[in-house]
Amino acid sequence: MKNKSVLINIAVLLAALLVPVVIKAPYHLHIIILIIIWSIIGTAWNLLGGYAGQVSFGHAAFFGLGAYSAGLLKFHFDISPWWGVLLGPIIATLVSLPIGLICFRLRGPYFALAMLSLGEIFRLLFTNLSNFTNGARGVMIMPDITSKMFYYYISLFILVLTLFTTYRIVNSKVGYYLVSIREDQDAATSLGIPTTLYKNLALLPSAFFTGMAGAFYMNYVAFIDPNIVFNLSNVSVMVILVVMLGGVATTWGPTVGAAIYIFLGELFRATLGSANVLVFGVLVCLIILFLPNGIVGEMNTLKRLVRRKKGLPGGERNEFLRG
Amino acid sequence: MELFGQTVICGILLGGMYALIAIGMTLIMGVMKIINLAHGALVMVGMYVTYFCFQEFGIDPYFGMFLSMPVLFFIGCLIQKYMINRLVEVESILPENQVLLTVGIMLVLTEAARLIFKSDYRSVATGYSSSTVFLGGMSISVPMVIGFFIAMVFTFLLHLFLTKTDLGKSIRATSQDRDAATYLGVNASRITMITFGIGSALAATGGSLLLPLFYLWPDIGHLFTAKSFIITILGGMGSTMGAIIGGLILGMAESLGATYISMGYKDMVGLVIFLLVLLFLPGGFRSLAKR
Repeated sequence: MKNKSVLINIAVLLAALLVPVVIKAPYHLHIIILIIIWSIIGTAWNLLGGYAGQVSFGHAAFFGLGAYSAGLLKFHFDISPWWGVLLGPIIATLVSLPIGLICFRLRGPYFALAMLSLGEIFRLLFTNLSNFTNGARGVMIMPDITSKMFYYYISLFILVLTLFTTYRIVNSKVGYYLVSIREDQDAATSLGIPTTLYKNLALLPSAFFTGMAGAFYMNYVAFIDPNIVFNLSNVSVMVILVVMLGGVATTWGPTVGAAIYIFLGELFRATLGSANVLVFGVLVCLIILFLPNGIVGEMNTLKRLVRRKKGLPGGERNEFLRG
Repeated sequence: MELFGQTVICGILLGGMYALIAIGMTLIMGVMKIINLAHGALVMVGMYVTYFCFQEFGIDPYFGMFLSMPVLFFIGCLIQKYMINRLVEVESILPENQVLLTVGIMLVLTEAARLIFKSDYRSVATGYSSSTVFLGGMSISVPMVIGFFIAMVFTFLLHLFLTKTDLGKSIRATSQDRDAATYLGVNASRITMITFGIGSALAATGGSLLLPLFYLWPDIGHLFTAKSFIITILGGMGSTMGAIIGGLILGMAESLGATYISMGYKDMVGLVIFLLVLLFLPGGFRSLAKR
């Protein structure tokens, strides 16, 4: 069983490596790169929001910090923004430390609201500190490399790194601790799990990879302003919807979710004209009403149903992880 | 000193109108225990209904709101009955998907408004829109004063409704303990629906009162969602009195921030206060009064 899933993962990776050989059109590659960026953020969010159950409405803060670290390196010091891909996640992680200390004092909806307001505070801060961040005019850079293929492989590398790290964390002792916190925080505490510490341990990698995605976004898109990267509905809420659609607390859920989301978004934009966001919103409502655990999440339930009928064992570990 | 006085009065007047919107949210939150991120969008829809009445039939915004209230009451009931209520029965890992549903509703309402009215900034030009009264050296805008008094009248009526009538008492009982209320013969799901409707109607009222003061565009909802959250947390969840106090505090903090710090940081002042209250005074200001 285990060998089989490893083989499948390797096959998926090989297929992903071959994508730019097959798909040459820059527009199609652009869509795929966007999908990968959202998969990275989604996977990072899923670690905190899906496994640990701490639904954050403020991941735009980390995304924007990553993006701005890369952009401001170029803007102020004329250092290549690619260094931002290393610096951005570090800054995002450092900022996430005090955020975690503050917000993990709160639970459930209160935590969500605190993160929401923190994300907004960062947006307003970066809009108003115009000497340092160039304010609402944003930061623009001239990219040295224009080949989409190059960006594709870089983003794919980051995604693989994120998926691998998340997978390792989730399937370690820490992962089980996180799930226990999601299921019942008081019970987890009474069993001797230092809940605040482990929530912070989930937040740090989450912020790290979100920051990395932000820094890559800056390098790829080459223009940011506070209303793009710190946006509440287009970043913070979007990432939650991506994960919800794909499957909360599943390894591949965010990637599947991002693929469907971006693809449908582009499709609607191309075919429906000005009604595209409206249809999108209707779709969001329908998904949450009828697929509450996302596509990958519901797939497991379906498989389990089939297995139960046939009386075959299997899937216990997954079941336990997902509660 | 006059500048200070004007700032404070202006903040109090605005805060009274914000409070009305926030009371709508706090009612919904109290009964349903969910975060309703679509509340601002409901305010926006209410404002557009009033705007439409003004534009097409020349109905004054202060009368138009009596049309937008029933419309929004109806919309709120529909949303609660056919969308949010259904989600209570669905089982999922994260209870927060109710919040996401309200995000979806917000998207639909905002985009529907954008489709019908376009993204243009609109405003209601009435005879009194820009008129002011002078109090000593302070100039105070007339629509603000009218809006504030109407908001206070509505708050008082709502208070009477919640404390004196059977329906109001049922709403309060449901928000205190849903199961116990059901045992005592309260039809909790009907009450929830009505509460959502009343909350939406209050949002529409607050929005209509603010219409002569604000520009109107489809994304204005976000602004009101944020404000009503801050107020709800400041005042303590489910408390009408708390929402009024929270509204006044937020209004004053915003206008003081705008006058003495900078216009750009105006919204940040509210958010910072919000975080501080959330951390150090989780029950809101109501918990101070109880001590």
